[in-house]
Order: sequence, then C-alpha cells, then structure tokens
Amino acid sequence: MRRRLRFLLGHQPVELDAIDPTLTVLEWLRRTAYRRGTKEGCAEGDCGACSVVIAEPAGDRLQYRAVNACIRFMATLDGCQLLTVEDLKGPDGTLHPVQAALVETHGSQCGFCTPGFVMTLFALHQRGDAALSRGRIDDALAGNLCRCTGYGPIIEAARRMHETPGAVAHLADREAAVLARLQGWRDGETLAIGEGGRMFYAPADLTALLDLAAEHQGSTILAGATDVGLWVTKQQRRLDPVIWLGRVAELARIEEGADAIRIGAGVTYAAAHARLAGLWPDVGELVRRLGAEQIRHAGTIGGNIANGSPIGDSPPWLIAAGATLHLAHRDGRRTLPLEDFFVAYGRQDRRPGEIVEAVSVPRPKPGTVLRAYKISKRFDQDISAVCAGIQLRREGDRIAEARIAYGGMAATPKRAAATEAALLGQPFAEATFRDAMAALARDFQPIDDMRASAAYRLKVAQNLLLKAYVETADATSPPLRLAGRLEAVHG
Amino acid sequence: MVEAGTIGRALAHDSALRHVTGEAVYVDDMPEPARCLEIYTAWAKCAHGRITKLDLAAVRAAPGVVAVLTNDDILGVNDISPVGRDDEPVFATGIVQFWGQALFAVAAETVHAARAAAALAVVEYEALAPLLDVDEARAREDLVWPPGRMQRGDAAPALAASPCRFDGRLAIGGQDHFYLEGHVALALPGEAGDMTVYSSTQHPSEVQHMVAHVLGVPSHSVTVEVRRMGGGFGGKETQSNLFACVAALAARRTGRPAKCRLDRDDDMIMTGKRHEFLVDYAVGCEPDGRIRAVDMTFASRCGYSADLSGPINDRALFHADNCYFYPDVALACLPCRTNTVSATAFRGFGGPQGMVAAERVIEEVAIRTGLDALEVRKRNFYGSGERAVTPYWMTIEDNVIERVVSECEQDAGYAARRAAVRRFNTDNRWQKKGLALTPVKFGISFTNTAYNQAGALIHIYKDGSVHLNHGGTEMGQGLFIKVAQVVAEELALPLDRIKITATTTGKVPNTSATAASSGSDLNGMAAQVAARELKARLVAFAAEQHQMPADAVDWLPGRVKVAGDEITFDRLVHDAYMARVQLSATGFYKTPEIHWDRATGRGKPFYYFAYGAACSEVTIDTLTGEYRVDRVDIVHDVGRSLNPAIDMGQIEGGFIQGMGWLTTEELVWDKEGRLRTHAPSTYKIPTAADRPEILNIRLLENTNPKATIHRSKAVGEPPLMLAISVWQALSDAVAATADHKHPAKLDPPATPEKVLMAIDRLAGPR
Repeated sequence: MRRRLRFLLGHQPVELDAIDPTLTVLEWLRRTAYRRGTKEGCAEGDCGACSVVIAEPAGDRLQYRAVNACIRFMATLDGCQLLTVEDLKGPDGTLHPVQAALVETHGSQCGFCTPGFVMTLFALHQRGDAALSRGRIDDALAGNLCRCTGYGPIIEAARRMHETPGAVAHLADREAAVLARLQGWRDGETLAIGEGGRMFYAPADLTALLDLAAEHQGSTILAGATDVGLWVTKQQRRLDPVIWLGRVAELARIEEGADAIRIGAGVTYAAAHARLAGLWPDVGELVRRLGAEQIRHAGTIGGNIANGSPIGDSPPWLIAAGATLHLAHRDGRRTLPLEDFFVAYGRQDRRPGEIVEAVSVPRPKPGTVLRAYKISKRFDQDISAVCAGIQLRREGDRIAEARIAYGGMAATPKRAAATEAALLGQPFAEATFRDAMAALARDFQPIDDMRASAAYRLKVAQNLLLKAYVETADATSPPLRLAGRLEAVHG
Repeated sequence: MVEAGTIGRALAHDSALRHVTGEAVYVDDMPEPARCLEIYTAWAKCAHGRITKLDLAAVRAAPGVVAVLTNDDILGVNDISPVGRDDEPVFATGIVQFWGQALFAVAAETVHAARAAAALAVVEYEALAPLLDVDEARAREDLVWPPGRMQRGDAAPALAASPCRFDGRLAIGGQDHFYLEGHVALALPGEAGDMTVYSSTQHPSEVQHMVAHVLGVPSHSVTVEVRRMGGGFGGKETQSNLFACVAALAARRTGRPAKCRLDRDDDMIMTGKRHEFLVDYAVGCEPDGRIRAVDMTFASRCGYSADLSGPINDRALFHADNCYFYPDVALACLPCRTNTVSATAFRGFGGPQGMVAAERVIEEVAIRTGLDALEVRKRNFYGSGERAVTPYWMTIEDNVIERVVSECEQDAGYAARRAAVRRFNTDNRWQKKGLALTPVKFGISFTNTAYNQAGALIHIYKDGSVHLNHGGTEMGQGLFIKVAQVVAEELALPLDRIKITATTTGKVPNTSATAASSGSDLNGMAAQVAARELKARLVAFAAEQHQMPADAVDWLPGRVKVAGDEITFDRLVHDAYMARVQLSATGFYKTPEIHWDRATGRGKPFYYFAYGAACSEVTIDTLTGEYRVDRVDIVHDVGRSLNPAIDMGQIEGGFIQGMGWLTTEELVWDKEGRLRTHAPSTYKIPTAADRPEILNIRLLENTNPKATIHRSKAVGEPPLMLAISVWQALSDAVAATADHKHPAKLDPPATPEKVLMAIDRLAGPR
C-alpha cells in the first residue's frame, strides 16, 4: 500500500499524502496550484475549456492525451505528467507553435475557451501527424466549444500548426527525463490516499482490485469518471471510498480470441476504437461520435455498461452483436448475455463486491451485417436520443438471424423482440422491414424528454430499420450517411 | 490624415497573446484579496408559488458559513429592474415567479461550503398556477410592457383585395447565450460605504447604478470595473446586475471581499435568454410574387419581468420587413409575461426574430406562386421613392441590398447550383438538398435615443506613452483593438505606445451598455474626439514654441515637423508637460439625426443600416431528419472596415451562432416550468464539425455614406441573421420531399426531429 500520490506538474514533481478522493484536477489547478489559465466552462466534460494534457509512458515513449480536468479526480494523475497551458510557452517567452498558429489565424476572440483549444491542439501536435484532414481536425476539436469564432480560424490553426515556428525544445528536450521518472514511479503497489476519512484506492492489479471491491461494498468503482465525475460536480455527492481501476493492467487489454474479442473493463473508447472500427466500420463511426476525444481518452466501454444508463451508446450494438458480459468477484466469476445485465432503470445484475471485468463480442460471421446508428440533435459530442444496433444475417433472400437492440427507447437498453420476430425467416425485402417497423411500436413505448419527443423516438427508430435495409439491400446502395466521413463507415 | 496608419489593417485582437498563453485575466482568475468569501445563490424550485416558509436556521449554522443574505439585508431599494419597472427584486419577495429565481445567498469560506449549507434550507410554497405558455399569456393579455404597433397604409382592405392571400403561425425558439465564462462578480468593500466591484458585464454603469441602489449609497460610492468578459452576446447587458448586487451585499454585510460565480447550470437556469416568439401572419400578394399587404403580430416569451423586453419586441417589428417593401402593413408586438426566467438581450435584440418572420413570408409566397424564392425576394426589395419607406416611416437612404445579393448570387453560382440541387433531388430518394439565399438589413443605433452617447478618456504621460480608456467593454468582439487603432491613427503612433485599459466607471461615467453593435461607432468616435483634442493642444504648443501658425506644424508618425525642425513625439510631450500643457483629455460623441416616437410608431430610429447576404446549401436525411450544411457563401457590408480580421471574425462567429439558434439549440421547459436544457450535455451549440465544409466570406466593397468612425459600419449583430439562409435551405429541402407543393412550415430551431416531423406532415396520411 502506497499512501503518497506522485505526479509531475509540468516538470515539477508533486507529492501529496492527503487529498480529497473526489477533488478534481481543475479545482486543484485553480485553487491550490494557482494555474488559472485552465478554465471551468461546464464542469461536466462537455465544453473543453478545462482541457489539460496528460502524458503517460506507452512503451518507450510518452503518450499525450487531452482530458477534461473538470471531471478528472486528482488521484488519477498518479504516475503521470500533467501539462497545462502555462507549460507551453518557451522559457524566453516564445510561443509554442499551436499558440503562434492561433494568434496568426485570429483564433481567439473572448479567449475563455482558448487555453482549452490550445491544449487539445497541443496533444494533437505531439502526435506529429502533419497532414490533418478536416475530419480529423473536427474530431480532435469536437470536445472544445467556442461561442465566438465559428471555429474556422481554429481549424486553420490546426492545419498550419506543424508549419508554424515556435518553442518546442523546452518540452522535447526533457521528454526522456520525464519518461524515465514516470517509469521509475511505476510500482505494483495499491495507492491509498484520502482526506478527512474519505478514501481513494487505486489498485495496480486485478487481485488487489477484487479484494478492495469485496472489502468496501459501498464503494464507487471508478473507471473513466466521465459520468461519476458529474455525480460530484453536478450532484455534490460525497463518494467514499472510490476504487479506481485505471491502473489495473489486466483490465486494459483487448484479447483476440478465435471466435470473439474480449474487451477489458478498463479499455478506453479511444484504445478500442481502431480495433472495433476494423471489425465493424459502423461501430467505429459510433465510437468516433461518442463524447469527444477528451471523453474517449478517459471513458471505458466497461464503464458505459456498468453504469446501466438507458442511453449509453455501447450496449445496443453490443447486444445486437451477441455480446457476453464477464463479472468478477473475489469469490468467483460469472458470465451472462449482456442484455440480461440490465434489469430495470438504475438497476443492474451486479452483486455487492462484484465488478464488470470484460465484455466478449463474437467476431462477425460471413453474411452478417451490423449497423449501429446514433440519433442526436448534434452529430458530434452529443448524447443519443435513440441508439440502435441492428445485426442481420441473410441466407439467400431470407433473413436467417436478426438481433436488434435500442437505447433511448426504454428504461434500459433493450432488445426488440417483436421486431426481430417480424424479420426472422422473412424475405429480405422492403415490405418485410415495413412490417418490422410496425412491430417496433409493440416493443417500445418511449418517453418525451429534452432530447426528443416520444413520437420522434418511435418514428426514427422505425425508420432506422428501413435505413438498415436500404443500406444493406445490395452492394450499390446509395450513400445514406450525413454524419461523419463515409470512409469511416464503408472503409 | 496620416498615411499608412493602422486603420483598415488586419491586426490581431489586443489580447491574443494573453489568450493563447492563459495569461488573460478574467474576474475569477484575479488573485483573491485576503479573507475573500465565496457565495452561492440559492434559487427557487417552483415556477410560481407563495413562499409559506423560508427557514434558514440550519443554513446559518452550517460549517464555514459567514453570512446568509435575504431581502432583509438590502440597505437601499430592493429592485434591480434595468428599466425602472420595480418588477425585479434581488431575491424573490413573497411570491416566486420562475423556477430558478434567486431566494437567498450564502457567503462562506468556500463555495462548496456555501452550496452545501444552502441545501439545508427549508423552503415551502403554496403552489400557484404557473403561466408557462406564450399563447396562453397572449390570450390573457398578461403583458410585461405595453403592446407596440407600427403601420403604414391600410393592411386589412389590402389583404382582402389581394389575389393571393394566406395566413399562418410561426413559432421561433429562444436561445441561451452560452458565453464560455459564466456570470461572476467580485466585490471589495471600502471606507465610508464605498464598494468596488469587478464584474463580467457589458454594462458597468448599470451595475454601478444597481449596486448603489441596493446598498443605499450614491453612485459615486461605487466603482465597477471590467477588463474583459469571456463572451457576452447580450447575456451580460442586464443579467450581471443580480450577481454584482449579491456580491456587494455580502461584502457590505461582512466587511470582507466576496465573490459570486455561477456554475454553468445555475447560470443557464437563473439568467435570461433570447425571446421565443409566436408570430401570426396574414399576407396578401400578387401572382407575380409581389407582396401587397402584411399583417403580423409578434407575441413573445418575456418571462416574469420586463427587463429589456419592450425595446426587444420593438426591434422585432423594426426588422419584420427585413429588406422588403410592404405597401400596406400593420405590425404589432405583445410582450407576454410568463413564469419563466426573464428573457433578455441577445445579439440581434429581437431583430432576428422579426427577420425570420419576414423570410417565412417570402418562403410561402414562393411556394404559392411557384417562383424561385430568390426571385420573390428580389421583386420585393425596397426601392426608391415611396418604395423606400419602412413600416416605421423611415426612408431608407443607404440601400445596397441589390448589389449585396447580386454579388452573393454570383459568388455562390446560384443558378447553376439551383439546377444541380433539382437534379440531386430527382436522383435521390432518401436524401434531399435545399438551397436558399437570404438578405439581411439591420438598423444601427439604440432605439432608445439617449443610449447613443459615449465618452473616452486619454492620458499622455510624460514619457510619451498613452493611456486609453472609454466606456465600451471588451467581450471578445475586438472593440479595444479597434478603438486603439483609431487613437493610434490620430496620434500617428505605433499601437504598442497605446495602453488599452479596463473599462471602469471611475474614468468614464454614465456609459451605455456595449450593445446594439454600437461599440466601435460610439466609443471609436469619442476616442477620436479626445485624441484630436490632445493633438490640437500639442500642435498649438509646437506652433507657439516656433512662433508659427498651427497649420505650419506637420504631424508625422512619431514626430512633428515645424519650421524645418523635427521633434519626436516623446520630446514634444515632455516639453509640453514642462510648459504646463494639459495632457489628458476627454472625448464625447452622440449619434446625430436619430429620433423615435413609440406612441406614433414613427421616426428615424437608425442612423444607418448594415447589409449582408448568405447563400446556404444543405442536405437532409429524410429517414432521420438529420442534416448537413454543405456550403455557405456570404457577402457582408461593414462599410470601410476598421480591422478586416476582427470583422471577418464577427461575421463568421455571428453566422455560426445564428445557425446554432436556428438548428440544434433547443430550450426545453417541462410542464412544471423547469428548464431541462441547462448545460452543454443537453443544450447543443455548434461544434467545429458543424461549421460548413465550405464557408466563403467576403466583405462588400463599401463606404458608409454616414460620417461614422472612418466610414465603417457596425458588425456585432448583423451577421447572426445571415444564418437564416440555413434555416431557409432546410425548409427548401423539406419542401423538396413533396415537390415544393406546400411550404415546409419548419419552425426554428430546426432540430432533426423538427425536420423529420415536417417531412412527415408534408407526406400526409398515407
């Protein structure tokens, strides 16, 4: 057990022996470190004004990721380097290329969102990918809201930043030393830190995690904090203890089985994206639209499931694909079909001391298509009004298999039994899908809320069945997607 | 005039370097004075009810709490109505009038302690029926401001005589400002009842006035300062008053500095938004698309108090013509009271809603006559003579709309694109495209004539450095750099010799809000007057020294030349000081020519108009209602630009903000009157990816015929309305699903849901 939190603030080591388990990085930066370049815009990970960059060892180099400081708990910085807007300027005052590019393109007006954009662009700059497409830039910027500029100058700055001169040596020259220090800090010890009797545990392996979860049955299991963070910032909940699985290496793996891939509960959306997109292009597009980079760098598919939200984007497609959930307890493990995990609104089949360990997804079979649709007011960084996973297998001109699940249509992510029945064994034809659309009204009685009316939810959910048909009817189907880039869907 | 000055140059925002380094200081970033308290303002969870119990004992006893503030703590007058209506108490008095109204405030060692304590309050209400619906308020004639009316000719008989006549209703949604920096104020108590307040406000003089009012001290006891805001957009014109007053009350009560900063949810719940409007229209037109008569009534959601709703509703009427001549016209506004947050100023100030109604009329005329909507627009443009007279009897003298539209049409390649869109729609079953080119004409000046004045103060110090101050506030729009350019131009100095300083009521008094797009027009002129005064004194001094007439002094960059002698500016200033020449001057400006009489609905409320046009192309998914804006071409008139980089930024930013208003930004109140969209997770402003793939913006080659500052035009608000082209393009695409037989009647915001439902409506019963 280690009782000291260690991280680098810029290049300054910080060691803390006591800290509130849910103190956010933003709060600490502004109030304790007096780094006030980082702003609070929403305290929910949606506007990006608080974007900071976290550097972590990945093999023999540092990986830089922009995250939202507003919903990131301090203790999750353990063993990382935290970089803020104050770190970017060179020692002689020369601007970093991303800063210089933003000045040159008139990329700031009121300036309040600017430090967040600077850090997001800095993370992108560190990745070194020089020829950035508009789509790639939009993806990188989707988690940063600007109300003044209309984004054009910021997009232009992203295009130009690699060609813009500026101070980089003060960071690049010290990377090796940073890496060495962070690697030196890596230990197998559980971090246990708290304040006023409230505790934060960060176990370094699965056994320690399961022991802690079993011992502290009222604990909050924390993965990316992209929802739990809001329990603190929006609901002022005082969580105790918090058990974070972010350091557990066993959970951060994607295992490639012969028939299925197994995604550990600690795998972030960002880490899973390429693999999922490779197997199911549509899922790749869905994940690309889930939150924004800051969220996808923190949030996990396991957390999206464990959280049990009726509007999580992962469950519908996973259920449609026939996923199996793996639950682990100190005293044993069990598996169940993912759809059975969701019992009722706010209630999942997870026992005290049990954690979501992984989800297994069968590999796509020949003749099977999986469509994943997300309907929201805004394409990027929005929460679904309706989310659909539709898996169909054709045998000749008949539908041999139909697994269909929706989010946003009921109190839990739910399979559409009547709809599936209307399709199964029927000809693969528009008329069949029109029947299934009618059947869908028997499966769901959605509600009105701020994201959509019940009437729209039902109508669009029905139309998505038709869309799936049109898109998959033959190889020459016209392009039917407005969101995202077609290469991401069809490539 | 000096050659090669700074006017017209694309200079960076004065704070750009500080923005990108995080060094720009906003109110919440200032180092807190010792013993600074933090405030949480608690609000009502009831849309309409009599407070039967407000037990704050547990709040007062909670850890860290230093003071709990209620209406009992108000030393002066418990009213912060910006229009003197006595309808806005600091905290709800007896009756709660909207879900989110301030009830009391807690000042504690930290805002967390304050917030936790506030949750311990016992509040009980006797529920009263909330009035949440604009239509219902309209039916009850429950208004926050007297109705307004403008008319010319006789609309009723002209409507009856029109060969083609239609009527309809349009519902226009509101909009949250979503400035990235929420409301914040820091108050420092001083001696003898003095108070200094750092406030994120567009209107420091009003904050000063309100703070003095609630503290019961004269205005001279209160100083309000603002260096910059993290966005304003109208949302900090009056809405800063409450939080500045709460901070000042806490500071006065405790003798300690006190800061009041709202988090995003509280900011969105507690502060006003753009007005939602219900517009009923009746229109008569000829088969050739020429409008004969228009009758429109604008009913708006004003919320519980008047705030600025009167002039906002008036401005809707001032723009209900957009660029079109209505031969016979009757316009009316009904500012309706509702049990929702008091709606307030927002970029365009009612004008956008008026213009949306005008464009809906054009859309319907086009569908009903079978003409292209652009052709209908052109046929109805204001002309000359009697066709140049607005519904408020002002003759338009600076009309350039035909040129603007024609240039936009060419830039966009409208005709070819229209044909391509038609082809696309024939060839595609599931996707449809829409195209629309819409004009903008926006009146410049506060319609409250008294507001059209400004002051500036310039000091030249002995070392030749210049201190510039004026009444305008910087919210990101680039006002400070523009005014500095004006002064640099007058004094022929490099910009870095001029220090741009925080707006403060202590330097320039009785200022108007930085609003109505007037910032540069007013403050630029005032600063020019002050700079010219100083220059005149220095020229007179140099002339006297050389015993030459003043016109023998050549004012050159950084120096003067007189009688063959060259004297540097610094030397001249130093010598002038030694000779006891006053090196500080004020400047004052008031807009000429304007007047407006609300009672008769006649006058010349605007000094001039700003024009623009935008052509937008969209694609919709007819199965989901989702859409993309594919391309936008804009031509916009800023007169002779003071700073094209700043102006381009205002145009693009305004356009995207307007597009958000008309597309994805949806305010949802539930049946209890609770706002359900109070954070970016539920309220969706545009992201980078929503910026059209192609967005071409060009400034019109133009000069303001009026003697504005360097013949420039105001640019803050007008570009927002260019986004009406996106909404019209969406309507065009929806109409394409039914072969343009019926108008789409797509009410903004045109969310994917609204688009799909409109398609469904057009499809009719199958």
